Amino acid sequence: MNAVVEEHHDDHHDHGPAKGITRWLYTTNHKDIGTLYLWFSFAMFFVGGICALGIRAELFQPGLQIVQPELFNQLTTMHGLIMVFGAVMPAFVGLANWLVPMMIGAPDMALPRMNNYSFWILPFAFGMLLSTFFMEGGAPNYGWTFYAPLSTEYAPPSVTFFIFAVHLMGISSIMGSINVIVTILNMRAPGMTLMQMPLFVWTWLITAYLLIAVMPVLAGVVTMMLMDIHFGTAFFNAAGGGDPVLFQHVFWFFGHPEVYIMILPAFGVVSAIIPTFARKKLFGYDSMVYATASIAFLSFIVWAHHMFTVGIPLAGELYFMYATMVIAVPTGVKVFNWVATMWQGSMTFETPMLFAIAFVILFTIGGFSGLMLSIVPADFQYHDTYFVVAHFHYVLVPGSIFSIMAAVYYWLPKWTGNMYDETLGKTHFWLSFVGINVTFFPQHFIGLAGMPRRIPDYALQFADWNMVSSCGAFLFGFSQLLFLFIIIKCIRGGQRATERVWDGARGLEWTIPSPAPYHTFSTPPKDMAEAHG
Amino acid sequence: MNNLKQLRRFFLWPTLLFCHTASADFSFWNLRKGVTEISREVYDLHMLIFYICCVIGVIVFGAMIVSMILHRKSLGAEPATFHESTKLEVAWTIIPIVILIGMAVPATSTLRDMYEPGEPDLDVEVRGYQWKWQYTYLNDDPSKEIQFMSALRTPQDEIQNRAGKGEHYLLDVDNPLVVPVNKRIRFLITSNDVIHSFWVPDFAVKKDAIPGFVHESWAIVEEPGIYRGQCAELCGKDHGFMPIVVHAMEQEDYDKWVIEKQDEAAKVFEIVGKSWSTDELIAKGEEVYARNCVACHQTNGQGIPPAFPSLVGQGIPVGPIADHIDILLYGRAGTAMQAFGQQLNAAEIAAVVTYTRNAWGNNMQDSVQPKEINVMMASQ
Repeated sequence: MNAVVEEHHDDHHDHGPAKGITRWLYTTNHKDIGTLYLWFSFAMFFVGGICALGIRAELFQPGLQIVQPELFNQLTTMHGLIMVFGAVMPAFVGLANWLVPMMIGAPDMALPRMNNYSFWILPFAFGMLLSTFFMEGGAPNYGWTFYAPLSTEYAPPSVTFFIFAVHLMGISSIMGSINVIVTILNMRAPGMTLMQMPLFVWTWLITAYLLIAVMPVLAGVVTMMLMDIHFGTAFFNAAGGGDPVLFQHVFWFFGHPEVYIMILPAFGVVSAIIPTFARKKLFGYDSMVYATASIAFLSFIVWAHHMFTVGIPLAGELYFMYATMVIAVPTGVKVFNWVATMWQGSMTFETPMLFAIAFVILFTIGGFSGLMLSIVPADFQYHDTYFVVAHFHYVLVPGSIFSIMAAVYYWLPKWTGNMYDETLGKTHFWLSFVGINVTFFPQHFIGLAGMPRRIPDYALQFADWNMVSSCGAFLFGFSQLLFLFIIIKCIRGGQRATERVWDGARGLEWTIPSPAPYHTFSTPPKDMAEAHG
Repeated sequence: MNNLKQLRRFFLWPTLLFCHTASADFSFWNLRKGVTEISREVYDLHMLIFYICCVIGVIVFGAMIVSMILHRKSLGAEPATFHESTKLEVAWTIIPIVILIGMAVPATSTLRDMYEPGEPDLDVEVRGYQWKWQYTYLNDDPSKEIQFMSALRTPQDEIQNRAGKGEHYLLDVDNPLVVPVNKRIRFLITSNDVIHSFWVPDFAVKKDAIPGFVHESWAIVEEPGIYRGQCAELCGKDHGFMPIVVHAMEQEDYDKWVIEKQDEAAKVFEIVGKSWSTDELIAKGEEVYARNCVACHQTNGQGIPPAFPSLVGQGIPVGPIADHIDILLYGRAGTAMQAFGQQLNAAEIAAVVTYTRNAWGNNMQDSVQPKEINVMMASQ
């Protein structure tokens, strides 16, 4: 009896992390798992980046020099898959793990063991996906959108491994989302209403619902592929009475919400950073929440705007055009609110703020090209050209990825207890900013001039801008080594961070010491005025 | 040398840009106006939306820049305390909606024009193959139907940098699609294998070629000329190497071309009927192989296994000749091996079968006559 009491007592003892590798393998601590997610995503960012540099090296000049067409298609496919599923999504899950419990005053995520499980699936999923590079017939080569029948009847044998890897990623995402939703709905500190939650928490709550809604659709579509390939069905095989366009409808019903899954948490990050460095409350909190919810809703009813050239009837084209244009309204509201937050603030421009401002400007440029793409007659010219490549890289790289970088700089002092090197941080920002604009802005031009995407070689009139674009890509790519250096340097030491870190920062995570102790908010916080600044 | 040229090109690009701007040739970095009424409407629409975006951009980014210059702590700016305004939120919801309606109206009208049904003067079936196009000029009288394949003409030497690149590098084909000007041409677009996309920027025509579907699109070309486009949907290894070239001619030139093509068809009939020597077959077969087979099976016949098997000393070319002819005529389902019976005539099939059975040391010492192929095709 006595022993039981003792054990019970020990459980509540404020213990630190376990020692050695088992700390990471067995951990159920939200901070550890957040760290695992972030490092994993950073590693994948470099792997996907190497694929991208392979592509840009080949496209440096006309003719085939470095990469032959078979490998080129594998690189474009793997670049897309790794960046979407391996870099951006896990990075946001990592941020959610670190920040959501601290922002809502909860001691941990609601389902800590599932949290461990949903992370540890990922290395296996991506290990399997990357192993296809060494298989007979090579890695997936049908684009990250894997349209049937190129990905079924005409696919290399490794497609089965790709399908299994996608299933694993889906399981991981769904479990992660359930965890986020349960944590946010059940574990907020007493007295914190939904409309008092920081916007990062709000955007993640909505994102998690999107994930739960669409990951099963992705699982469905890859399962149909699997059936077509191995079990004699003909979902997508016209010769067997199937429909190749059905694939695209199902894929994009997943795919469009998916792109918002990659941007909504970014909105949350930027909505935390801009008020801090403008030293002014976020403008229009309520309208930000409603705008996020509207965007999430609209994301389900616009999927066929990726398919304007597949032969949809006029009424369908018109509907999807109008519905897509409507997205500009809530997105505009968000941008205007950020500008109004900056207006008459008292701004300083530390690295997180630089990334956040660049996010607002460059994401808006991506929004403009998105609006142009929604105009069906014009889309007939833009579709599947480099204009589209420029568009989605403007919303994904200076959009999602800049917001992730902004978040890392912003919360790194809280995570490590040390300030990062501000000069190096700013250098990293400017190199990245110049790099991505030199890479992607000229791609608008080559797209309009008529260069299709996903080609390993191109006609001579596209040569100049391609060369410029490749130079930018190498600048951007190698600048990220500096980012890695800055993070390691910050972990190893530096000026001690205060509790508040930034003088304009508001939110529960800034009320705990830096670095954040292994266990926080074992007793819930009382002061809800702090919660959303 | 080539590298040096590239380097020079790189340092010259600002100058180039200036020259292009000066000569008002924006095709270098903007949409082309094209040569149909629709393509010009699309161009105008594109510019309109672009200018609207520019104006919004100037206002939004202008406000941000002003704020970043004036409202900074280093200038002693004190933060204001306002943080919500229903009036403002309503305003910046309503104003964008009005602007969007302003965009939707011309977009809808152009789209309706594109979908406008009309009586075509000429029907061309466009069929995508990995990695070439087949054009069929539909005719109520099947004997007058013109059909041919159109594939990349740029030599491998240019692509692999062993020779200088020509003016129309990667945008040149052996048999262009020929159409008359000022006639409504209807394209009936489909595919034989994976999804391709038929795109001619100067006509503002882009439509996916999807197996099992026939989609239509149309154009009235107003100026004679040669218009170049490319496949716009990832379709496998040589997606970047299947251009589309359309040669638009005055009606009388077009009529002449039609008669020529129909004569050619009659000649093929003759050729198929005659007896061929083995040497003739091998010589012809080498040509056919170079045009149709090298993309997958490679010049040396070694292929790129496992997707594209080797033909040297193994498999079909050293097996029974009947199987060899069968795979050429009907292809192999689920692989890139197409049914060449729909693309090549009997003489070409007989020639390429004979060639591959006797090339690269295969040395089967047998051959097949075009007449025999015809009999086999008829018996199926």
